[in-house]
Amino acid sequence: MLSAKLFNITTIFYMASTLAFFVYLAGRNNRIGLSGSILAWIGFAVQTVATGLRWKESYDMGLGHAPLSNLYESVVFFAWSIVLIFGIIDAKYKYRVIGAFVMPFALLGMTWAQLYLPADINPLMPALQSNWLTYHVITCFLGYAAFAVACGVSIMYLIKARSEAEGSDAAGGLLSIFPPTRVLDELNYKAIMVGFPLLTLGIITGAAWANYAWGTYWSWDPKETWSLIVWFIYAAFLHARFTKGWVGKRAAWLSIIGFVATIFCYLGVNLLLSGLHSYGGM
Amino acid sequence: MSANERSFMQRIWDFFCSLKLTISLLITLAITSIIGTIIPQFPNIDERYWGTISPTKKALYEQLGFFDMYHSWWFLALLALFTVNLIACSIKRLPHVFTFVSTPATILSEAQQKIFPARDLKLTGSLEENKQCLVNLLSKEFAAPVVTQVDHHYHLFAQKTPWCRLGVYVVHFSIVVIFVGAIIGSLFGYKGFVAIVEGETVNAIQARNGKTIPLGFEVRCDQFTVSFYDAPGGGGPSKMPKEFKSIVTLTENGREVPGYKHARLIVNEPLTYKGITFYQSSYGQANDPAAFFFAVRNRENGKVEQVTLRPGAQTRLTDGRSVSIVDLTDEPGEGLAATLQVTGAGEPQFFKVYKEQPSLDELRGDRLVFTFTGTDARMYTGLQVAKDPGVWVVWIGCIMMCLGLCIAFFMSHKRVWIVLSPGHARVFGNASKNQPAFQAEFEALVEKLHSQNI
Ligand code: HEM
Repeated sequence: MLSAKLFNITTIFYMASTLAFFVYLAGRNNRIGLSGSILAWIGFAVQTVATGLRWKESYDMGLGHAPLSNLYESVVFFAWSIVLIFGIIDAKYKYRVIGAFVMPFALLGMTWAQLYLPADINPLMPALQSNWLTYHVITCFLGYAAFAVACGVSIMYLIKARSEAEGSDAAGGLLSIFPPTRVLDELNYKAIMVGFPLLTLGIITGAAWANYAWGTYWSWDPKETWSLIVWFIYAAFLHARFTKGWVGKRAAWLSIIGFVATIFCYLGVNLLLSGLHSYGGM
Repeated sequence: MSANERSFMQRIWDFFCSLKLTISLLITLAITSIIGTIIPQFPNIDERYWGTISPTKKALYEQLGFFDMYHSWWFLALLALFTVNLIACSIKRLPHVFTFVSTPATILSEAQQKIFPARDLKLTGSLEENKQCLVNLLSKEFAAPVVTQVDHHYHLFAQKTPWCRLGVYVVHFSIVVIFVGAIIGSLFGYKGFVAIVEGETVNAIQARNGKTIPLGFEVRCDQFTVSFYDAPGGGGPSKMPKEFKSIVTLTENGREVPGYKHARLIVNEPLTYKGITFYQSSYGQANDPAAFFFAVRNRENGKVEQVTLRPGAQTRLTDGRSVSIVDLTDEPGEGLAATLQVTGAGEPQFFKVYKEQPSLDELRGDRLVFTFTGTDARMYTGLQVAKDPGVWVVWIGCIMMCLGLCIAFFMSHKRVWIVLSPGHARVFGNASKNQPAFQAEFEALVEKLHSQNI
């Protein structure tokens, strides 16, 4: 299938982009930083085409559903969303170095999907044949992607804050291209301000769908519960900024813990716990 | 009340209003919620699970309500405390916010003049002219200002979307609304299940708690069908169901309910009548088949004969031969199949006829072509049944939450003050969100005032 080849090409672009950002981090050559962003954008464009093709291929096979229904497709879409959110922040704030902490997530996702996950287009069981599936998956994964970006920025914040505390960030040090901690904190907050409403919408569309398909909007199954846990953590983050003693480092840690919980909600629940969700069987 | 008591009450009130409590509660809720995702929850506990834990552990978990933890007293108490915190916090802050929005500071205090970004404008013309000009410009470019005169100064104040400061409270209130909806649902609604065999009628369902609940009307299952995806490679049907569908008819007081005759009920397309909703959820075979139906076509004269076969009995066909079932199989991917024996003149013939592949027997080349048309086995349809009068309240809460979040995060209360003195004006600006974006907007506004005033 052509789409599979294009996904491989996407992975190569993301790898090149990640490498470029690492070199940028070490050498601080602005041209290389720019090439990192451009490579990411080209990879993104190729992936968008590939996703469209895979959608069409599923119709050609007589199955006809959006490419968002199994683990492979969701991991690939996750990588796509991460690059999208990164691209928006890159275009808006021009702190290119963030790419070094965000593109690895996208690369990791694509590599795992391409190397280890079965890429077949499968028929959908009746409960999954619903437009709610599409709305639910898109909102959830865009939210997760924003959290991935927030996590990358938080890691940068902790590194930078630590070196500032030690006073080791002499001019010309590796960290001089990092944005100031104030900006990192602001970006962290901004990313979560995008992710939180999306996650909320994801939980609500999931509940609406469950109610439509079997009459209960909330049944405390592990997937639902974990999405609520993630929601609680980011709600705590949002209130942390109004509370003395919770800003800065603690907020950065909350953001990182939030993303770990997000990944557990997405993968851990299916791989380690059991539930109703479709990715369970792998 | 003594001063001591008052300060005690005050401390309790402050405790319920504090954001530290909010953060602690959110984190506690996040951590404790994990328990129920690791320990199996009532009513979905597999019998085998009890063998894997020790009796002391079981007793302890039971004491702590871990087997139904989301309904345990302590988890509900946490949620109650959370709600009290939310409401107390709103009671404390909302009046301030209302005052802030309804009676804005039209004159900047000295203190605020020091914090807010400011730009100076040099003006020509009289004070009155300048005032009129600035009022017109502000109205056109930003928002209509309120003008206050103090001594020889004019204070102009203009603002945009002050009400967006209430967005946060819309979010908080929406949580209470969702809780109210959930409570209405659990008090006045129920969840249940009913299985209806094809052709039969029920008038009650089984609730989750084991009680039988009368519906007040009857549901008849007219027909149940299931279709399967074709297996990859174009072979027969795979075992993956593509769609299952019940055709039902509702009757009330012995009469058919208009619009509910032969109504379609499929997965993801429920059917609601009188607040009770039916969801297609499962199916199965109600009884083992005893009779098997075949159509036998004679290639020579084109006549088709319908025959009913029962295992262990021979049936005479019109052309003089006899047919009987010698074996039945139901393999995955193959479906139901009968091995038939036809005896008469010559050697007895044995062959297999597949229910899912009606035209396959043509290939055998015999004068008689057998088609397996069905059995007397009946299917039952399994329906989830739910009545939830609170669900609309929950959806309203959800919509409020989404709107509130958008207002709280993506809208900004923008304010501009101008202190006008003879020949000179000082412009101040402030926004509740997204300072950098406002800064640019503010500069552009000042630029316009500057260029048009002279
Ligand atoms: C016990 C529960 C809660 C209390 C007492 C509480 C209290 C507060 C307070 C006092 C603020 C600051 C308002 C301001 O001065 O601007 C706030 C902000 C906020 N709260 Fe809550 N809150 C609670 C739960 C929640 C939950 C569960 C959510 C989840 C959606 C939430 C969403 C928000 C949002 C979105 C903001 C605005 C944050 C921002 O603008 O950065 N709150 N909350």
